[in-house]
Amino acid sequence: MSTASVPGALARACRTVRPAGPRDAVAGVVPGWVAAPAGEDEASALLATAAEHGLAVVPRGSGTRIGWGAPPRRCDLIIDTHLLNRVVEHAAGDLVARVQAGVTLRQLARVLGTAGQQLALDPPPALANGSQDATPTIGGMLATGTSGPRRLRYGTPRDLVIGITVVRPGGTVAKSGGKVVKNVAGYDLGKLYAGSYGTLGLITEAVFRLHPVPAAATFVTAGYADTAAAGQAVAAAAGSTLVPVAVEIDRPSRDGLIRVAVLLEGDPAGVAERAALMRDVLGAGTATSDTAPPWWGSARPARLVAGPHGPAEPTVLRVSFWAAALPSVLGAIDAAGKEAGLDPAVAGSAAAGVLHTVLDGDAAPAAAAQFVTGLRDALDQNVDAGFAGGEGPPARASAVVVTAPAAVRGNVDMWGPVPAVSLMRAVKEQFDPGCLMAPGRFAGGL
Amino acid sequence: MTVEALVPRMTEICGPDSVVTDPAELRTYECDGLTSHRAAPALAVLPETAEQVAAVVTECSRAGVPFVARGSGTGLSGGALPRTDGVLIVTSKMRRIIAIDPVSQRAIVEPGVTNLAVSTAVRPYGYFYAPDPSSQVVCSVGGNVAENSGGAHCLKNGFTVHHVTGLQIVTPGGELTWLGDGTGAAPGYDLVGAFTGSEGTLGIVTKIVVKLTRIPQVITTLLAGFHTTGAGGAAVSAIIGAGILPAAIEMMDALAIEAAEAAVACNYPAGAGAVLVVELDGPEADVRRDTAAVRELCEQAGATEIRAADDPAERAAIWAGRKSAFAAVGRISSDYIVQDGVVPRTALGEVLDKIAALSSESGIRVANVFHAGDGNLHPLVLYNDATPGQAEAAEELSGAILDLCIQHGGSITGEHGVGTDKARYMPKMFSVDDLDTMQLLRCAFDPAGLCNPGKIFPTPRLCGEVPGPRRGVHPVVAAGLAEQF
Repeated sequence: MSTASVPGALARACRTVRPAGPRDAVAGVVPGWVAAPAGEDEASALLATAAEHGLAVVPRGSGTRIGWGAPPRRCDLIIDTHLLNRVVEHAAGDLVARVQAGVTLRQLARVLGTAGQQLALDPPPALANGSQDATPTIGGMLATGTSGPRRLRYGTPRDLVIGITVVRPGGTVAKSGGKVVKNVAGYDLGKLYAGSYGTLGLITEAVFRLHPVPAAATFVTAGYADTAAAGQAVAAAAGSTLVPVAVEIDRPSRDGLIRVAVLLEGDPAGVAERAALMRDVLGAGTATSDTAPPWWGSARPARLVAGPHGPAEPTVLRVSFWAAALPSVLGAIDAAGKEAGLDPAVAGSAAAGVLHTVLDGDAAPAAAAQFVTGLRDALDQNVDAGFAGGEGPPARASAVVVTAPAAVRGNVDMWGPVPAVSLMRAVKEQFDPGCLMAPGRFAGGL
Repeated sequence: MTVEALVPRMTEICGPDSVVTDPAELRTYECDGLTSHRAAPALAVLPETAEQVAAVVTECSRAGVPFVARGSGTGLSGGALPRTDGVLIVTSKMRRIIAIDPVSQRAIVEPGVTNLAVSTAVRPYGYFYAPDPSSQVVCSVGGNVAENSGGAHCLKNGFTVHHVTGLQIVTPGGELTWLGDGTGAAPGYDLVGAFTGSEGTLGIVTKIVVKLTRIPQVITTLLAGFHTTGAGGAAVSAIIGAGILPAAIEMMDALAIEAAEAAVACNYPAGAGAVLVVELDGPEADVRRDTAAVRELCEQAGATEIRAADDPAERAAIWAGRKSAFAAVGRISSDYIVQDGVVPRTALGEVLDKIAALSSESGIRVANVFHAGDGNLHPLVLYNDATPGQAEAAEELSGAILDLCIQHGGSITGEHGVGTDKARYMPKMFSVDDLDTMQLLRCAFDPAGLCNPGKIFPTPRLCGEVPGPRRGVHPVVAAGLAEQF
């Protein structure tokens, strides 16, 4: 099929199609076209057309995380979900909502808020395409598997998605799960698609379990001079019976104070009582506030999740680990930073075993690359030695480069080693045999 | 190759004491908790290590012999139903708790460890393992992973899939590999999530990293009696509507209460048409507030009597009736079917009315016991096998209940699984394309289709087929090498 016939074929599949521009680039790869399907039928027709013409496809929501992952090997067509923007059903009495992929988290929060309910996921907003207030879409959040501080209590998108509709490469529409929370009929494809970075197909709709908005929320904060003390405080907070919803840390620079904040939610009187007890748990120098500290999750988007067009794009790594290893992980970050001559900031959900570490945009690419490899080596040495007599998982920590400037991307393996990569490759080959969905963007080169 | 030819090699791998060939002994494995389906395996092995499981599966794979994994055999959908032409791999000798890491809130266990044993082992650290299927004293964690087991308390705490962060598995090809790294945030596809609940069709789990949950400060259990299930249902809606998330909300109807009363003298409110058991757990102040609110909401919904208990013995007394219900029904009916379906919670009242209508039309009695908080019904369909036609009528009614669940946007199974029992209902809930897409995952893990074949899917997919719209007859079918249904 000749390239000349592609625009016509795309126009027949979807009413909203335009040639792409440089601002549509995905990690530096400029696509040919952008199409915005208005429904599942157009989405299906687009993926059928893409298969017929061998077009590589990258799905896009608000674009807040479009630069995440490795650069795609090819990208011919962006499928933009912004017209899939309906909250299809909010069954308040059942605490579930069925939502199209292009619905933004802010839009959904507005609808659910009228019934005192929420989707209890709080991925940080992000600077994207120069806009300060971009809010992720449901589809983008699911595809990247992102969540925020409250992951400790509520989990990540995979934990709250109870049904999903996808369009497979080739155009087949398929769903799994449903709209009841308790359901074990068939394989749960929502788990597979959550965090799959668009490599298995286009998510068009999802059903979520909701939670009531708590009547009160309080933050208990403290500061620690060294990693051992901070580690103890985090472990004590997480191990208390005070039901923390989040336990976050923030350390702007290596020699700075480690700040710890614990979020408590629930009945106002109960929260106040628990906040007082939590202050005892955290030790001296604590404070209580109804508002989040300025560094909390979403408050530092410029440093944590800058988009591709902001000034001096940083390198962001996500480090995940068994929570008890927090001091070792901070030690590994320090060692790798010193070795590379860098001073990375560290922040994140310490008790849930997920931290982000950020290198400033002006870090030399070679130094950034050295930091990444150095960190992976240090994690291997510090975290895994001898645990469970060698019978546990071979690695219990990982460091993934979430996003980075182009010069750094070229120098690092963004995803690093991946467990069970051969099974993942088999999954990819089954779902996307033509390798047309976001090829190369994901772990293991998938 | 016949299964018998595998015996010497299996004996070499597992040892003579761990290979079962005696037909009488093999019959003890002919069914799981769903006794209506029976098939004795050609051979059973009881490996003690992950490496042995891998070697056994490798042999089966080479020989093209199907194999089925079995934990404690408590499943209720025939998920562990053996193949008469295959090997049954029993994990009951793999019972080690390998590591407990309370600070990370993780433990590593072998698949044959019982669900309750995990909680018992971690209790000294102040933790428990949250999924609590009612068979938790005997059911295995490996089986829980296969079935994505729930339990009464999954309303608040979630299912097995929310409490498993890493799995060591033997792939259907015989390879030993880890899915996930125990963190819950490993890079790559969430194969832990996809594997959990796959009913033994994607491989055999040999080690499990489970999440541990902090034992709550306070647990309070409320028992409320109502004249009707409708009134009880209204109380449930009011509780959820008030933004309260109890650990569990269970309901029983008059017939189930009668059976429980006869069996364990649970002393539920006399003459009640329905009882609710509501459990609240968490920090003391929050539980106190919620308990008062639940009491008030139950009263407003017309509760005739409310009791509350917060010491373990009194709470156990309240739960005794609920926990005995399935077995108790055996005392008022010689035969019964345990159904498992789900409806949106808000449709509970309507669906219960329709079940009652179906029951009176057919003259088949139905006792209702259910997880009301999440709309998970367990109607017990009572019949007498000795009365001609009753078994068929009961089976028909039981199927009609699933139709009701689907019509109301629910599911054909909330926690018992599809297994052998419900594969035929899957096309009522999912389209051909849905089922085909799910089976892509199956093909990725088990292209030869040897791992627990015949479960979940009514029509097996021929792997290697090009996905997308099927054009013409599959080449394998055309060549007369396989049949497609």
